[in-house]
Amino acid sequence: MKVVPRVPGGVGESVRRVDGVPKVTGEFLFGSDLRTDDMLWGYTLRSPHPHARIVSLDVSGALTVPGVYAVLVADDVPGRKTYGLELPDQPVLAMDCVRYQGEPVAILAAVDLEVARRAAGQIRVDYEVLPAVTDMEAALRPDAPRVHPWGNVLRHIRIVHGDPSTPADVWVEGYYETGMQDQAMLGPEAGLAIPASDGGVDLYVATQWLHVDRDQIAPCLGLPPEKVRLHLAGVGGAFGAREDVSMHIHACLLALRTGRPVKMVYSREESFYGHVHRHPARIWMRHGATRDGRLVNVYARVLIDGGAYASSSTAVIANASTFATGPYEVPHALIEGTAVYTHNPPCGAMRGFGAVQACFAHEAQMDKLARALGLDPVELRLRNAVQTGSVLPTGQVIRGTAPVRELIRRCAAIPLPAEPAERPPLSYPGGAGNVSRGERLRRGVGFAVGYKNVAYSEGFDDSAEARVRLFAGPDGPVAEVHSAAAEVGQGVHTVLVQIAREELGIPQVVLRTPDTAVGSAGSSSASRQTMMSGGAVQLACRAVLEEVWDRVRRRARERREPVPGGLAVRDGVVWAGERPVGRLEEYLDPPIEATRTYRHRRTTPLDRQGQGDPHVTFAFAAQRAVVEVDEELGLVRVVQIAAAQDVGRALHPQNVYGQIEGGTAQGLGLALMEEIVLDEGRLRNPSFTDYLIPTILDMPPVVSVLIEEPEPGVPFGAKGVGEPSTVVSTAAIVAAVRDATGRELNRVPLRPDDIVGLRPPARSAGPPPAPDVPYPQPVPVALGFL
Amino acid sequence: MLVRVNVNGVWRQADVWPGASLLLLLRDHLGLVGSKNACEQGECGSCSVWLDDELVCSCLVLAAQADGRTVRTVESLAHGGRLHPVQEAFLDAGAVQCGFCTPGLVVAVVDLLQRDPSPSEETIREALAGNLCRCTGYQKILDAVRLAAQRMRTAES
Repeated sequence: MKVVPRVPGGVGESVRRVDGVPKVTGEFLFGSDLRTDDMLWGYTLRSPHPHARIVSLDVSGALTVPGVYAVLVADDVPGRKTYGLELPDQPVLAMDCVRYQGEPVAILAAVDLEVARRAAGQIRVDYEVLPAVTDMEAALRPDAPRVHPWGNVLRHIRIVHGDPSTPADVWVEGYYETGMQDQAMLGPEAGLAIPASDGGVDLYVATQWLHVDRDQIAPCLGLPPEKVRLHLAGVGGAFGAREDVSMHIHACLLALRTGRPVKMVYSREESFYGHVHRHPARIWMRHGATRDGRLVNVYARVLIDGGAYASSSTAVIANASTFATGPYEVPHALIEGTAVYTHNPPCGAMRGFGAVQACFAHEAQMDKLARALGLDPVELRLRNAVQTGSVLPTGQVIRGTAPVRELIRRCAAIPLPAEPAERPPLSYPGGAGNVSRGERLRRGVGFAVGYKNVAYSEGFDDSAEARVRLFAGPDGPVAEVHSAAAEVGQGVHTVLVQIAREELGIPQVVLRTPDTAVGSAGSSSASRQTMMSGGAVQLACRAVLEEVWDRVRRRARERREPVPGGLAVRDGVVWAGERPVGRLEEYLDPPIEATRTYRHRRTTPLDRQGQGDPHVTFAFAAQRAVVEVDEELGLVRVVQIAAAQDVGRALHPQNVYGQIEGGTAQGLGLALMEEIVLDEGRLRNPSFTDYLIPTILDMPPVVSVLIEEPEPGVPFGAKGVGEPSTVVSTAAIVAAVRDATGRELNRVPLRPDDIVGLRPPARSAGPPPAPDVPYPQPVPVALGFL
Repeated sequence: MLVRVNVNGVWRQADVWPGASLLLLLRDHLGLVGSKNACEQGECGSCSVWLDDELVCSCLVLAAQADGRTVRTVESLAHGGRLHPVQEAFLDAGAVQCGFCTPGLVVAVVDLLQRDPSPSEETIREALAGNLCRCTGYQKILDAVRLAAQRMRTAES
């Protein structure tokens, strides 16, 4: 009985962001902007070593510094000493040893940050430095230093599909590496913990998922969850970096110890140490096809470096493995994926979540195969693209929309950029440094297709709750939407307001600040909030309207009038078909409130053969990159990105384009410049001076087309849009540089030496054998450690 | 040490430690948190302000250097609920996502359009090369600059 017509500001309209005005005036309060009169500042002392035993720890020197109110170490953690997103393997504060450079060892609260920072220098820690394992293949060797008592394998996955011994006419092989990327969100980790009179704590924090934070914080504080109340502070970007807790538990510990509000803000340098990164990967692939270009058999071996603690590596390796063959029909495949522990910084969620690394490899393979077969790379992709009903290597059947061929065709049809006869010097590769006039320029074109799961996988029930309250305001009916969904910049709050307007047929919708007083919304990640929290708001609005209709019918019966049918709200008026039955406000005393939970379809875990129905649904993307390479300088300028994306339905087209453009920029970063450089586990470039992210001079025009084929069974048919562009853009750009240079270029980010040929391609002695561990469960779980 | 700075037309005084930056003075002593602290080493532009009408990264200026001088921040741009045309253009063009870079970019764009009311694409890119944005990929920021420039020229003529 959905008869509500389109409403101004409803879905499909590119309305102004609900948080836009305070963001342009500077009044919007991010986590780092919060303050109270009597607050203290928290600071973290971190390990300088990738692996060491803590021989002794003496904080007395810091405690005597004037202005210091508390110094806490592991013994001061009143509850559980460890936490973790999936597995609680990470100490709140280091206990007997440190496992990565930057691991928190002690925390302080002082009158200001400068006092806290200086007092931290008075803490004496004696370390016995231990051998560290900082290479992901070395971590698999039996003689490697052990990161944890259960060994160095976190999770292994084996996917056997069809008959992996099936022969093929043509084979191509490749080895690929991706570097460690940082989310580099501009807002540093920040929050304010305020002790409460009930012995609990209120934490105002920039995060992606309030409830999963609370569920990790409360046990460590030794408090029941209801005494740990989280409130969303303004989030200065996230991209996965705020999935894990950072300063959360520390600020709460200091606040509860001192009885004073405690603010913690990381510096940029500390931010590089204080959150997880995108996993570096090593990938070996072998693709077999028929002479007419049909994929027959694919072997993929994927190894990712999880660093010292689990974070979300168990899910990232599942993604990297299940997406290893790309959005193509492959009748036979063997895929083995392993996530290992090392003494490198922990890796976890970043936009694209395992699919980015896989796409870089499978798309390079598709280009190799096209060359081996003498086929056009676009044509080869068209011949093998999945569609609705296709079977993936896990045995999962694609039930939803999969307009991959249309994406490829529409992307390829976007006009190529012209080569201008005259151009400003700034537009040459290296032009910003005034080092080139384009003497040795070559243009290249590359193509990539990829896909990403929407929402959580492998049987996870990441439901979302929302509460909607409809009441009579001074200027007509007002809906108040209460959701814990974290606005991280992607625009979910605007979409929730649009959905409420659309469903309720009224223009006035306000949002309450997200907090843990309403049920979990799940994470603002995995491209899931429009579907999940959008779905919850839709359900809650419909429940509210049901109550309105009940009241309308009750009143009609009381007045002995005919009971109206076909009820709808338009312009604040309740209509029965074409007959108005009264203003909506007349039915809102008392106000109507409904709380509803949205659940996506049930998925299943993988079995020992990697078979199952692990993913909810998929969003696909294709991109074509045009680059110019200066062959002498080894510099690249991306001239244009043509993008086609499968979005289901665009609820806010401007923001959808914004997600594609921003996601592409992060893929360009991984292709051409972004890498956390490690030297034996030590971070060498923790600053924006040394870790480069794309500037406005680096970004080309992104010409996007949206493919709107509504996904059945999903609110408004809308798919998630945040990640697919990041999945494909790295692969497309590197393919274009290969086209321009003829070089192999099997490692990202590309460096000038790779491009001019001073550095040979990354080489490998071959894929490491599958480790002898239980699978597919995480090893510490299977062995009973966690 | 005591510093006295004219901020957005009002003389303000604060007691800061000698190493304090102008950004720290604005944010922690004067409560003007519109200028942001993304890198605190002059790489990201999110703390951009005017010091005696010159665009600077306030994280690279000592509070002491601003003593006796005039500072204008992003908070000076909207008047009585009326946004500056650059702020309006950022909203209309969809140039705001997380918003952390936005105040610094708005200040940098206002500064650019004061100097050059009809900037070419290259001029815009060069002028904003010191402002990092991690969300938008800059395309809608370019759109916003063109939109603001066009509206400001129309309003003048």
